[in-house]
Amino acid sequence: MSDDSLGFIFLNACIINNFVLSSFLGICPFLGVSGKYETASRMGFAVMFVMLVSSVCAYFINTLLVQLDMEYLRLICYIAVIASSVQLVEMVMKKYSPALFRSLGIFLPLITTNCAILGLALFQTAKGYNFLECVVYALGAGSGFTLALVIMSGLREQLSLHDVPSIAKGAGLTLMVAGILSLAFMGFAGLGS
Amino acid sequence: MSTPTNESLDVFVKGLWRENPVFVMLLGMCPVLAVTNSVINALAMGLATLFVLVMSSALVSLLRNVIPKQVRIATYIVIIATFVTVVDYSIQAISLEVYLALGAFIQLIVVNCIILGRAEAFASKNGIGKSILDALGMGIGFTFALLCLGGVRELLGNGSLLDINILGPHFEPWSVMILPPGGFFVLGAWLLLFSWLKERSERRKTEKEASHVG
Amino acid sequence: MEQQAIPAAPVANPRKMVAVLSGVAALSGLLIVGIFQFTAPFIEANREAMIERAVFKVVPGGTEKQVYGFDENSVSPDPTAARFGDRFYAVYDDNNTLKGVALETSGQGYQDVIRILYGYDPVRQVVTGMTVLESKETPGLGDKISKDPNFVANFDALDATVDPGTGDLAHSITVVKNGKKEHAWEIDGITGATISSKAIGAMMDQGLKTSLPRLLPHLDKLKKAAL
Repeated sequence: MSDDSLGFIFLNACIINNFVLSSFLGICPFLGVSGKYETASRMGFAVMFVMLVSSVCAYFINTLLVQLDMEYLRLICYIAVIASSVQLVEMVMKKYSPALFRSLGIFLPLITTNCAILGLALFQTAKGYNFLECVVYALGAGSGFTLALVIMSGLREQLSLHDVPSIAKGAGLTLMVAGILSLAFMGFAGLGS
Repeated sequence: MSTPTNESLDVFVKGLWRENPVFVMLLGMCPVLAVTNSVINALAMGLATLFVLVMSSALVSLLRNVIPKQVRIATYIVIIATFVTVVDYSIQAISLEVYLALGAFIQLIVVNCIILGRAEAFASKNGIGKSILDALGMGIGFTFALLCLGGVRELLGNGSLLDINILGPHFEPWSVMILPPGGFFVLGAWLLLFSWLKERSERRKTEKEASHVG
Repeated sequence: MEQQAIPAAPVANPRKMVAVLSGVAALSGLLIVGIFQFTAPFIEANREAMIERAVFKVVPGGTEKQVYGFDENSVSPDPTAARFGDRFYAVYDDNNTLKGVALETSGQGYQDVIRILYGYDPVRQVVTGMTVLESKETPGLGDKISKDPNFVANFDALDATVDPGTGDLAHSITVVKNGKKEHAWEIDGITGATISSKAIGAMMDQGLKTSLPRLLPHLDKLKKAAL
């Protein structure tokens, strides 16, 4: 597969270089809200949504900054854009879809400090993607994040029914499981060649 | 424990161990896992975070009576992003190799919850001296945790420490340790070790008390 | 959480909010521009040194380099050519004779895109060296493409003769199993890093086949440009 087709960009962001399991982005929500399947999938979709919005915003901001020759303001602009787009998404959602807001709303403030979002914006800039590629990349990264969260929550729901040594309850066990999951995802690495 | 005389000492020390941001509070996990595949990367990341933490805590503390409550988070983020940009360019100027090894994670210090967390929870309520002490403690605690991970991962995954071969030529490196899964495994192992130690000391205490009563 | 220092502001004062935000923004802007101006020359020097090291590594014996860009149907000195793969470096020794050129190419590896720089001697028509510029290949396995001395030695004199008739490579660069190298245009692969080593071979083959027809007819330009 050619390394710049849209399908490959999606696959690359979603599975081969999964944001959580091989690039270590968004670990906090991954460990924090992967206890229950329900919350994990909602968090995943909220992140995917914000990723899409901020990826598009970041693309335009970067185009503008490059034209003005002011790339050194990139980081500060990106973080401001992400923080405000999260706020905007929150407000729009509250007004037009209260049901969706009730299910995703509490996660939105958390997303501002989710490094997967900023990471996405920085990576797409570094890779020099065009508009369409950015959108596909954001969708891929978002689905990859959701996938990791959902798999993890399934495993943890099962684990919670089992008798584990008391010292392993909590973060220790979760990290070990995440390690095994990450090992499994390494198997996808050769897909591109 | 915190009598007025050693109160400031306590502010400094608590971040090192009792409230260690990584091992106890589980904050800022992304860089902890991502850049700890060698000691030198871990050290560079730790120092960069320490600098941003101290500078932004100091500035937030200085401005704490000026910043209106409603826009405080936005102000903190702008301050943090500024210092991260400063660090970003400084590292590029000092060593491009280190910069390329750390990748995007220098810029991602912006969203490290430890920094915003200390600004919000401590620096916005305390004087500049205390805030700097608190930031120093937390930053050194964070660096210490990074080194704990980086040391184990480099030793097992590459047979070396700071690029100096330690385990000899006959050691077959456990490559998995410097790969992403190794990060999860080593951090998990440290956490298991700490909770085992904690449980053991608690059990001893209760046993002692029980025997005392008996 | 206890609130000691911050008195709960009862009514938001919009003017103050805007003032504080713009004040902080101005301060941070000043700081960023300052540090950018201050560090820019150092960063530029670091970057230059890094490229220089890589270029002189793949073209042994070089002491001076000149950036060239590929045009529509020629080549010309172009220090501003920024696009990866559209530029190359002509390398000269102390007597201003052309020692070779350093070319860039990239391709999909095992984990992600790999970018390499390789040297080519147009007189002897051989590849003179290869260095990995960027790769996320698995440490301990795939990263042997840059660390395994036996693999890197493949590129010390890799035959890349151009067929005068067709203008194309006389023999495609191929990667063979470790220890099975018989011809000068073959690359001894790495056991345990088959995909990564094959990727290097494939991208070099591809790179040579696209670059040489654009480069070789204009060799005179490279020689003359050396002052």
